[in-house]
Amino acid sequence: MAKSQSSISKDKLMWMYETLVLIRRFEEQAKREADQGRILGTHSAIGEEATPTGICAHLRDDDYVLGNHRSHHHCIAKGVDINEMMAELLGKATGTNKGKGGTMHIADATKGMLGANGVVGSNIPVATGCALSAKVQGKDSVSVVFFGDGASSQGSLHESMNLAAIWNLPVLFVCENNRYAESTPFEYAVAGQSVANRAAGYGMPGVTVDGQNVIEVYEVAGEAVERARKGDGPTLIEAMTYRYHGHFGADNPMGYRTPEEQKYYEDKDCIIAMEQFLVDNGTATKKQLEEIDNDAKARVEKATQFAIDSAYPDPSELLSDVYIKYP
Amino acid sequence: MVSTPVRALTYAQAVNESFHQEFERDPSVILMGEDVAGGAGRDEFEDAWGGVFKLTGGLIAKYGPDRVRDTPISENGFMGAAVGAAATGLRPIADLMFVGFVGVCGDQIFNNMSKMHYMFGGKVNLPLTVITSTGAGVGSAAQHSETLYSIFVHFPGLKCVAPSNPYNAKGLHTAAIRDNDPVIVFNNKLLMGGARGPGTGAGIHVPEDSYEFPIGKADRPREGTDVTLIGISYTTLQCLKAAEILEQKGFSAEVIDLLSLSPLDEDAILSSVKKTRNVVIVDEDYPMCSMASELSALIAEQAFDFLDSPPIRLCAPHASVPYSPVLEAEYIPSPEKIAQSALSILE
Repeated sequence: MAKSQSSISKDKLMWMYETLVLIRRFEEQAKREADQGRILGTHSAIGEEATPTGICAHLRDDDYVLGNHRSHHHCIAKGVDINEMMAELLGKATGTNKGKGGTMHIADATKGMLGANGVVGSNIPVATGCALSAKVQGKDSVSVVFFGDGASSQGSLHESMNLAAIWNLPVLFVCENNRYAESTPFEYAVAGQSVANRAAGYGMPGVTVDGQNVIEVYEVAGEAVERARKGDGPTLIEAMTYRYHGHFGADNPMGYRTPEEQKYYEDKDCIIAMEQFLVDNGTATKKQLEEIDNDAKARVEKATQFAIDSAYPDPSELLSDVYIKYP
Repeated sequence: MVSTPVRALTYAQAVNESFHQEFERDPSVILMGEDVAGGAGRDEFEDAWGGVFKLTGGLIAKYGPDRVRDTPISENGFMGAAVGAAATGLRPIADLMFVGFVGVCGDQIFNNMSKMHYMFGGKVNLPLTVITSTGAGVGSAAQHSETLYSIFVHFPGLKCVAPSNPYNAKGLHTAAIRDNDPVIVFNNKLLMGGARGPGTGAGIHVPEDSYEFPIGKADRPREGTDVTLIGISYTTLQCLKAAEILEQKGFSAEVIDLLSLSPLDEDAILSSVKKTRNVVIVDEDYPMCSMASELSALIAEQAFDFLDSPPIRLCAPHASVPYSPVLEAEYIPSPEKIAQSALSILE
């Protein structure tokens, strides 16, 4: 990693490391739950931990994050409780959404996490609205929406970038470009071979960043968040990243990509790189990092036990929260 | 009597066979959708997916990327492109992966596809097929598990069909492709085996030669005299199971498999109800303004004097589809609930 730690506080660096590791361990457990058939499956974020970590490191509880179908890492980086998240995955009443939303819809408004979303591109306009709300109410909150390279082809992104630009809204459009929309390669589906370049058409900054390097993401995001908070408008960030597993559940990515490509990205693993950085800079010892990892494993184990021990929702929940109470 | 061996295909295999036959028969047939082949642009990974539900596998290898087009995730874009292509000499199949995604491309389906023929004075035809997946039961929660028949049926002229087994699935897809108007085909995820399994309906004979199952016709998979159970797609299977429960209780249930949601086979529905004098309509969709509501109104208007009891609508609860397995298990009308509904008027 290029930058020295001097510009970033030790606390912040250690928070980022803890967050990367916690996401990784959580996602490994979620995958085990799916592999063992206890849940249908999830969209694994393993490999993509650094983008939301580097960005959410700048955010407060009164900033908003909106995600997509692959959003566990967004939730954890925004501070959502992992006990409640794991309970949600298992469909339990103690889950973030009372078991009613599941893996693709985790939300916790108290943490500013306004939801994962199963429809590709669907949350981008909503995030724009959150930014509008902050601006109209005179708050300095910012809104961040995460979406994939697949969603960059949806009209919703283009309509939202235009709105955010003409209204000068405090929103970060963050494309996690993991190179695949399901099985469809980025180079096939995205004309011009860049998402970030599209910002130019809307008169906003568009930045490409190494999404496997949490420090780089942190620095790029810092500028964008600051611009948004100061009222200088939206930014489009394209973080180049990679999902180590398939699109969903049992999908085997070797059906559409090569082991060499996989290895290239795994060699750039965001956690290994951050460990190296922290040790090289004397921020932490290997032993301290191991302790953090062990702590993350213990927390995930505890979350899993909490989820298993929790009760399923009462059948009456089927008809609650529908806006209308039908006879 | 010589017994003919059953040529059993899964639902997905039967639909796939229809597509292969129609691609072969008519060079104007093309296919567009997300991951309908998969691994797009990479020769070594061509056809990586063959569609999420494996309906469209093998087509790109045989007919090439000109006719079998993976799309970016741009439902409004490719649905509109299907409309334009249909208006100008092609016969497209557009794959809307999950029916809830109609929220993204509703403009093209509702404002263009459903209206162009009418508002252009009948001078433009749209021979296109939209295939989409419906239904709960696979833990996919509120946005990937809907049914939404009635939203489409509401639009004048949109032909809508919902197959229930491999035989009628093959015939209805073939009929939809050959039809000179837009046809929406709803394929239930449990019938297709979710995203993984083999699906139900194995054991039903599927002729190898291509055939059409007529759009506008219902089927009657079981005859009976005491009550009519009307099913749509997967709920037809539930109705057939409920009929067995009712038989054990001493009642004879007739099952009507609706198949065509628009146009409706009014004769099949009304003649059955006039005979049995009782009806339970089983629809997995949200109950308000549903197919079940429409059928109930039809029966009340056209067969009122024949009825011994008011028509019963048995739908999903009027709520979005929940994620938790214990809640989702209550969502799709079960054979037990269907039988219970029938017994409430028969006993």
